[in-house]
Amino acid sequence: MADETALKYTPDHEWVAVDGDVATIGITAYAAEKLGDVVYVDLPAVGSSVTAASVVGEIESTKSVGELFAPVDGEVVEANRAVLDDASLVNSSPFDDGWLIRVRFTELPDLLDHAAYQELTA
Amino acid sequence: MPDSPPSSASPLHALHAAAGASFTDFAGWQMPVSYGSDLAEHHAVRTAAGLFDISHMGEIVVIGPDAAAALDHALAGRLSASALWQAKYTLMLAPEGGIVDDLIVYRTADDRFLVVANAGNRAEVARELAARTAGFDAQVFDESDDIALLALQGPAALGILRALDGFDVPGFAELGYYRCAAGTWGEHDVLVARTGYTGEDGFELYLDPDAAPALWRALLETGADSGLIACGLAARDTLRLEAGMPLYGHELGLDTLPVQAGLGRVVALATKGDFVGRDAIERGAAPGARVLVGLTTEGRRAGRAGYGVFVDDSRSESTDGTEPPTEPVGIVTSGALSPTLGHPIAMAYVAPEVADGSVPLAIDVRGTRIPASVVPLPFYTREKK
Repeated sequence: MADETALKYTPDHEWVAVDGDVATIGITAYAAEKLGDVVYVDLPAVGSSVTAASVVGEIESTKSVGELFAPVDGEVVEANRAVLDDASLVNSSPFDDGWLIRVRFTELPDLLDHAAYQELTA
Repeated sequence: MPDSPPSSASPLHALHAAAGASFTDFAGWQMPVSYGSDLAEHHAVRTAAGLFDISHMGEIVVIGPDAAAALDHALAGRLSASALWQAKYTLMLAPEGGIVDDLIVYRTADDRFLVVANAGNRAEVARELAARTAGFDAQVFDESDDIALLALQGPAALGILRALDGFDVPGFAELGYYRCAAGTWGEHDVLVARTGYTGEDGFELYLDPDAAPALWRALLETGADSGLIACGLAARDTLRLEAGMPLYGHELGLDTLPVQAGLGRVVALATKGDFVGRDAIERGAAPGARVLVGLTTEGRRAGRAGYGVFVDDSRSESTDGTEPPTEPVGIVTSGALSPTLGHPIAMAYVAPEVADGSVPLAIDVRGTRIPASVVPLPFYTREKK
């Protein structure tokens, strides 16, 4: 179980778990609930480079399409195959099995802490 | 602290909030979009039953000795031909032939009709009904604020109503599709209609808003063993889309003639005299006017409202070396990954020359052209028992 209080967050409702120079990125339970049942996830290819605040993927529910923004500059080192096979993991386990991509970043930008994100979604 | 109900809130708002519903603004109403999983709600209606709060719908009563004649003039259908307790799907047309709203009209007495309008068009429909019936011996009352509406939909719906304690509606056992009957639930008057917007068998229940929360709870309790769950507007939308039912503002609007939407049969041109919109309907749609079609695509990415429909260059043979057309030949009005069918479905208005499926089409899904096939509507038809 990921410790949500230890994660970093973006105003676009991504969470970021930092381990060394690799950031694991997903969308928050709040975002997943707003989207509704997720039925399709499109993620960037491993090896591709991403730029912070740019759209790098899509999270599609029955009723709408959410965009995945890269929270950091870097290179995608892993995309979650389990989510590509079963997009409902984004709803059932947004902070764990429903993670989306891992990015080796060059520099970590300022991100929200748990309290600040809670305030944003209150 | 729970949010205080907004100005246009269903009488069931507190129940929905307590059940953990997420809400959406729909025509100024805060209505439940889902109670957790819109897919589970969708499947419940297809396989068991779902209960919807659709109290945002408008209910307008037209009453008087000339009510039938007044509605024949005001609306596109021949309401005077409705039998007592019959429901009829009809349209209100603008003088120019466009669609002001699509309506269900129930005849509840020789001289009394209940007109059910979309929430967003309620005021306009009430205003137009009053204006259009002014020369008739009939009166129009907007009773929307005094009527709550629950929809119980799905193959288990009939059994649940039969099992509901205190539900006493004479004639209910024989109630046919698109018929209604008046009775009581406990001490409360209720009008029950075998109508719906899901493509399944089901019922719509009209009653006093003060009694609605108790009926909502009683239905969920009675139906729990049958798999009944509360359902929100997200599931309602995917259900009606699979059933090929138009949604006002998406497939229907003031710029749409009934014939374009495949609703030519709803207009009683041959069987009644003058009515609002008649001249325009007789003139017909302009040459080349787009028509509504069903489209299916493969994969998981759905075409959605507003996406362009194009001739699929990759599949059309270019023999004379000319550049393939790049202008859209149509536009998607509703689309989703069909929960029942497992592939994306969409309704779209397309140029008549491509509506027969003879030309390969593609939907532009955010920059990617996805091949689409024209299919007959509806996408889904329930098995008739």
